[in-house]
Amino acid sequence: MKAAVLVFPGSNCDRDLAVALRAAGASVSMVWHKETALPEGTDLVAVPGGFSFGDYLRCGAIAANSPVCAALKTHAERGGFVLGVCNGFQVLTETGLLPGALIRNSGLRYICRTVPLQVETAASAFTSGYDAGVRIDVPIAHHDGNYVLDADGVARLRDADRVAFTYVDNPNGSVADIAGVLSGNRRVLGMMPHPERAADPALGGMDGAPLFTGLIDALADA
Amino acid sequence: MAEPTLTDDLIAAHGLKPDEYQRVLDLIGRTPTFTELGIFSAMWNEHCSYKSSKKWLRTLPTDGPQVVCGPGENAGVVDIGDGKVVVFKMESHNHPSYIEPYQGAATGVGGILRDVFTMGARPIAAMNALSFGRPDHPKTRHLVSGVVEGIGGYGNAFGVPTVAGEVRFDAAYDGNCLVNAFAAGLADAGGIFYSAASGVGMPVVYLGAKTGRDGVGGATMASAEFDESIEDKRPTVQVGDPFTEKRLMEACLELMATGAVISIQDMGAAGLTCSAVEMGDKGSLGVRLDLDSVPCREQGMTAYEMMLSESQERMLMVLRPDREAEAKAIFDKWDLDFAIVGETIAEDRFLVMHGGEVKADLPLKALSGEAPEYDRPWEPTSPAAPLEDTPKIDPIEGLKSLIGHPDHAAKDWVTEQYDTMVMADTVRGPGRGAGIVRVHGTDKALAFTSNVVPRYVQADPVEGGKQAVAGAYRNLVATGAKPLASTDNLNFGNPEKPQIMGQLVGAIEGIGAACGALDMPIVSGNVSLYNETDGAAILPTPTIGAVGLIDSLDEIIGCTPRDGDLALVIGDTTGHLGRSALLARAFGRSDGPPPPVDLSVERQNGEFLLAHRDWVTCAAPLSTGGLALAAFRMAERAGIGVSIDRQKTTASLFGEDQGRYLVACPFDNAEGLMVAAGQAGVPLLHVGRFGGDQVQLGSAKAPLAELAALYRTAFAGALA
Repeated sequence: MKAAVLVFPGSNCDRDLAVALRAAGASVSMVWHKETALPEGTDLVAVPGGFSFGDYLRCGAIAANSPVCAALKTHAERGGFVLGVCNGFQVLTETGLLPGALIRNSGLRYICRTVPLQVETAASAFTSGYDAGVRIDVPIAHHDGNYVLDADGVARLRDADRVAFTYVDNPNGSVADIAGVLSGNRRVLGMMPHPERAADPALGGMDGAPLFTGLIDALADA
Repeated sequence: MAEPTLTDDLIAAHGLKPDEYQRVLDLIGRTPTFTELGIFSAMWNEHCSYKSSKKWLRTLPTDGPQVVCGPGENAGVVDIGDGKVVVFKMESHNHPSYIEPYQGAATGVGGILRDVFTMGARPIAAMNALSFGRPDHPKTRHLVSGVVEGIGGYGNAFGVPTVAGEVRFDAAYDGNCLVNAFAAGLADAGGIFYSAASGVGMPVVYLGAKTGRDGVGGATMASAEFDESIEDKRPTVQVGDPFTEKRLMEACLELMATGAVISIQDMGAAGLTCSAVEMGDKGSLGVRLDLDSVPCREQGMTAYEMMLSESQERMLMVLRPDREAEAKAIFDKWDLDFAIVGETIAEDRFLVMHGGEVKADLPLKALSGEAPEYDRPWEPTSPAAPLEDTPKIDPIEGLKSLIGHPDHAAKDWVTEQYDTMVMADTVRGPGRGAGIVRVHGTDKALAFTSNVVPRYVQADPVEGGKQAVAGAYRNLVATGAKPLASTDNLNFGNPEKPQIMGQLVGAIEGIGAACGALDMPIVSGNVSLYNETDGAAILPTPTIGAVGLIDSLDEIIGCTPRDGDLALVIGDTTGHLGRSALLARAFGRSDGPPPPVDLSVERQNGEFLLAHRDWVTCAAPLSTGGLALAAFRMAERAGIGVSIDRQKTTASLFGEDQGRYLVACPFDNAEGLMVAAGQAGVPLLHVGRFGGDQVQLGSAKAPLAELAALYRTAFAGALA
């Protein structure tokens, strides 16, 4: 699988995401935000965590309007795979590829902690490495991870089985405990927790690794 | 614009004493201009010149085969093998943090990160040591939440994991909080950059953020005591922008890799003045600056303001002249300002031009070389009287008095506001004495810790100074790391008072002795004096930051015991309660001498643990709170009970004897470990075992769950 990790000037989990993707077997290229095209043959675009443009405005708002995000949207519209983690999730909601928005945590403070998640669906390339219903421990690290969406929107996500992960013990006030959501075609995933921080036994957990290996297996089969 | 005429008041407002001003007159043979007065004030204040401490700092051990670069550069550089070096330093941002806690702490983090990447290293770990007034003081909550949020706001966005630190509370910090920030970075041994300019006619290049009026006079402010006018000083605090800092780091590292950089110096305290003089002085060259080229954020800035601005996220570089275009392209890529603002000159001269006028024309070498240096009168601290009595307490009540106090309770409220895992190499985060970060792409790791017990230093600066280093040594050893080197961040009151100067002199003596004996040379550091408000000084707080090397991840010693493990103590327990946490928390007392530190025993016991790491499940250093607190914390982390039934007295449970570790080991290993200890001459005592769901100390016991709930909620309960 060929993955492109986007790099904004304030990205700081770009390397982490590349390391996790490579460990799972992907070939990874880093793509600067001023680029107008993705590398030929890109299967997955990964939007990393960090503070893309400082996030002094709404998180991800400026990044969503960068040249590379135009290419990202085209890639997604053509049915390409997209993974957004943390700031990457914020960017994906700002581009409109995913519904809802991420606002300040309900406790108003930044939270960095490993939290239990429930895998809500195995029916996507991203979650095919898990059984639906299992609990996994994955770190969160964000100030603006409180997912908001109106009740109808939540119902539509639920009905379409598009909630990928929920928090077992909601840390940030997210509606319906939502930690990660899928696009309508199930090929775009945005999530606040950091699976790339739980994909190396030396760092104390491997619960994020099946996301990457499952994705690569699913794409190989596709 | 016409500059103001110098009056005695104006000179005094610049922090120059009459004899120091006379020194200026003697040196240049005329009355300085206003801009020149500002430059002298910036260069000769305590913060930049170390005029009160230099004589004593020279006595510290700074050498060793592992040391690549000791004090004097932006940060110390230490060899970790395989062609890599670790670059680190700790620095205070006390005065600004008290005035404006969020920005003061944020820019403290920004400053120390800049010191590290200025040397060519990518920051990989941060720590911070924080001291606040008593938890119920009306300002404390505001300061704690602002400082913690500021540290997180900057470090998290920049993208460096915070992996260890300290937080303490004492009434002595009511009027002066301490914010000591540490950063460490990794670089290739051949890829280190220094500040010394070389070559005449080389372009001096300004990089990074624009210059504004923020922080004008900050370094002078940081060299004065506080009084009721403190609110007026808020405009001297700088504002941080971690996004710009992140871009500045990436751009600098990218530019350094091209070979275009001759020398580099970040603009920290006293901004453009200090950085330009530093580069010229180290390279024995003069510098000409043309301020018309300096990128400014505000209109109508004067030469004085530009020279003294402490706007953040700025760098000065001397570039190879043929590489300007390449450098500019990199800075354009990162959307950062880039301007040639001057050149190196052959004469020993610091020439500052603005609007076609000479604003300053000074002998450059003299600005740093002729800075005043004082041998201030000092009085040794009188020895503390021995404890008159040994208080007794039900051990569970004693433990509760500790874990219910924010000094000793779990610090999750603080550490969860820091990104402890970004860069995905954090093997052990905060809350366990020392943090561990893997050297990216290898099987090696580095351990980081900070330590000082100000109560000890107050009672006996020499022993307290030794303990600051010995405690750091122990924190590193307990992870399995070999201690490599240290950085010192010396926080004291007004050095013009002989008792305070005596604390500084004594602490440096103790630190020097311990760094020598434990082979942890000081490679960088910072001195913060005048931490006083209305004449009341802080506790003497010489924070030691230390770094250790772990050759392979397999060599890490665990921190969680297993059910059924025996609890053993390495090192001799006499039950020293003087200046202990138990006395302070349970009895409101701070008396007696601090525990003495035997440096050869310290080293022997540490080396014993390292040599027998495979025999133990986990280890913890014994420090404040003694065996009782360490055993509880270990048990709490594992979620299993512990019974320390073989130690029954208050003194043996809560004594703070030095050179000790608590280890958990499987029953089958215990006898072998005992024999090995006997052969090595190291005291090893079986004190109890881990298991069950109770915490038993002597004959008293309580459910672990009840104590854990107190331990986990006490910090937020006291402060949130």
